[in-house]
Amino acid sequence: MLEIKNLHVDLEEEEKTILKGVNLTVEAGKVHAIMGPNGSGKSTLSYVLSGRDGYRVTEGSATLEGVDILAMEPEERASAGLFLAFQYPVEIPGVGNMTFLRTAMNAQRKARGEDEISAADFLKLVRAKAKTLKIDAEMLKRPVNVGFSGGEKKRNEILQMAMLEPKMCILDETDSGLDVDAMKLVSEGVNALRDAGRGFLVITHYQRLLDHIKPDVVHIMSDGRIIKTGGPELALEVEKNGYADILSEVA
Amino acid sequence: MMAAPQAKMTANQEYLAGLHLPDGATWATAARGAALDRLRAMGLPERRDEYWKFTRPDTLTQAEAPRAALFDNGDEAEIFDGVERLRIVFVDGVFDAEASDDLTLEGVRIERLAEAGQSDIHWAKDTYGVLEERGQTPVARPLAALNTALATDGVLIHVMGAVSKPINLIYVHKSETSDAILHNLIKLDSGTEVTVLENGPAAARFNKVMEVEIGDNATFHHVRTQGRDHERRAATHIFARLGTESAFKSFTMTANGVMTRNECVIELTGDDAIAHVAGAAMGDGDFHQDDTVFITHDAERCESRQVFKKVLRNGATGVFQGKILVKAGAQKTDGYQISQSLLLDGDSQFLAKPELEIYADDVACSHGSTSGAIDEDALYYLRARGVPKSIATDLLTLAFLAEAVEEIEDEGLREEINSRLEGWLVRRRG
Repeated sequence: MLEIKNLHVDLEEEEKTILKGVNLTVEAGKVHAIMGPNGSGKSTLSYVLSGRDGYRVTEGSATLEGVDILAMEPEERASAGLFLAFQYPVEIPGVGNMTFLRTAMNAQRKARGEDEISAADFLKLVRAKAKTLKIDAEMLKRPVNVGFSGGEKKRNEILQMAMLEPKMCILDETDSGLDVDAMKLVSEGVNALRDAGRGFLVITHYQRLLDHIKPDVVHIMSDGRIIKTGGPELALEVEKNGYADILSEVA
Repeated sequence: MMAAPQAKMTANQEYLAGLHLPDGATWATAARGAALDRLRAMGLPERRDEYWKFTRPDTLTQAEAPRAALFDNGDEAEIFDGVERLRIVFVDGVFDAEASDDLTLEGVRIERLAEAGQSDIHWAKDTYGVLEERGQTPVARPLAALNTALATDGVLIHVMGAVSKPINLIYVHKSETSDAILHNLIKLDSGTEVTVLENGPAAARFNKVMEVEIGDNATFHHVRTQGRDHERRAATHIFARLGTESAFKSFTMTANGVMTRNECVIELTGDDAIAHVAGAAMGDGDFHQDDTVFITHDAERCESRQVFKKVLRNGATGVFQGKILVKAGAQKTDGYQISQSLLLDGDSQFLAKPELEIYADDVACSHGSTSGAIDEDALYYLRARGVPKSIATDLLTLAFLAEAVEEIEDEGLREEINSRLEGWLVRRRG
């Protein structure tokens, strides 16, 4: 599904290398988790994959179902099936949540040569999906993320994911700012989307999210590289001993 | 001793000296004469005038209107087409009876200034030019005095009861050299409510005054669009006076136009009155649009809001001069003023002069003015969800304008305006 090979990335504004050769393959139907200390390059990886400005790829490649995504505009990547659930969802005053969702859905459909969804079908769909995430009509009507609590913003991200039905989902520290109940709700939303045709890359600091979203593979990232890969037990090891042991072990 | 050489008259002085009042003795003659005297005393606006610092008055004051090409709307429906309304049409400033509806409407008396002027006495006699004159202090507005002196037509609207539909003044531009002057007078009796819509470019050059006298507990709604003809010029004035617990709500959309100066002068003279004035402007290239607002609080517990948003691209210029004057005794005043521009490139400019002058000690007034580009984080977020850059930019631009558009209370009118704003953007998509 997602194949990252020897990816090197610099910051555009300053001479600083963030990613120093990332190799990672996420297969369809699998959930991969990336853990790592602050500043290891986890969020940068998610931004580079989704096409945010400010980064320069100096070496390596990233493909989605064999297609090079690094050459694409952010919107083309989204239409190709890539979705990033933001660590800090952006507030957009003046743009209604529903308008935003429908515009995004129809833009993607159009880009793929599909018909637009009708207003009635859209409404039915969004109401059903919102209900499972405990997002009420009032939240749907409000401007995108404006005045939302941390938990509401993250639930809104998952709602977008559920509506857009991407092939490859990247979750960037979706657990940050969530209390236990909200984390459960968000995780249930994610788990409901787990599917044989869909890949997940879950970026997190802590093991606790992985109690709810059970990963197939866990990677440890440090200083711009994946330094260790294992099963779910690797996350437990981090939880128990911190990153220090693993870092010294590979050093 | 040598005699000082006779000072040569400037073109403006020469022009003023040569003006004379419209023919025919009517009740309006005295008011027109007084206005002409006022005008001559204050002179036409000059470039050096502080009040015209950001907008060059010359094309508005020169004797001949500069030529303005006509804009072809194609087969696009007239704005407010879907609104049940009473249409009153002026073509290049001349009333078009054929295109207009019958001026009879329950709850309101609508007449043309040209016809009402014939009668000896008329309610307008005590009103015509009164608010315009009051609006001349503390800042002179010579083009409005010129209008009062020279206007021979316009509409007189006296609202006496419940009015079933909006009154739509439609200003059609058909001649490339037309120079139109219209003076509208609106009086709302206490407890009444009316909506006045205005649309169209009107003429190559348009000088329009609207005086609105709002009685106690009355509500005046006003939504205006100024047409898409880019070369047309306009100087418009609204003068409104508000009674106790009355409301004035005005919204103007300006898309295109090389020269637009919209002045709005509001006096809150009754306690607990509300005045909202808002504008959304979109300009491209040599667009120049100026909103000049002066709101005087002269009663207790009144609320005023000024919300002006301008989208500027390719070197367009937007101007905002807005003042809130709170007189001594106007306690518990709630004044709000925001003017913002969205600069879609580095060539455009926004010139703003927000002012507060407060003589009461128990008031809440806030004002802000900003200039900025599209929010890059919001743009990225939209694109990351699959929305192409051009559509995302438009969506964010409309979102920027939303605070001004939301000042329109009627949902249908709001949607109509939004669709026009969107159309303007879509036509410019790169």
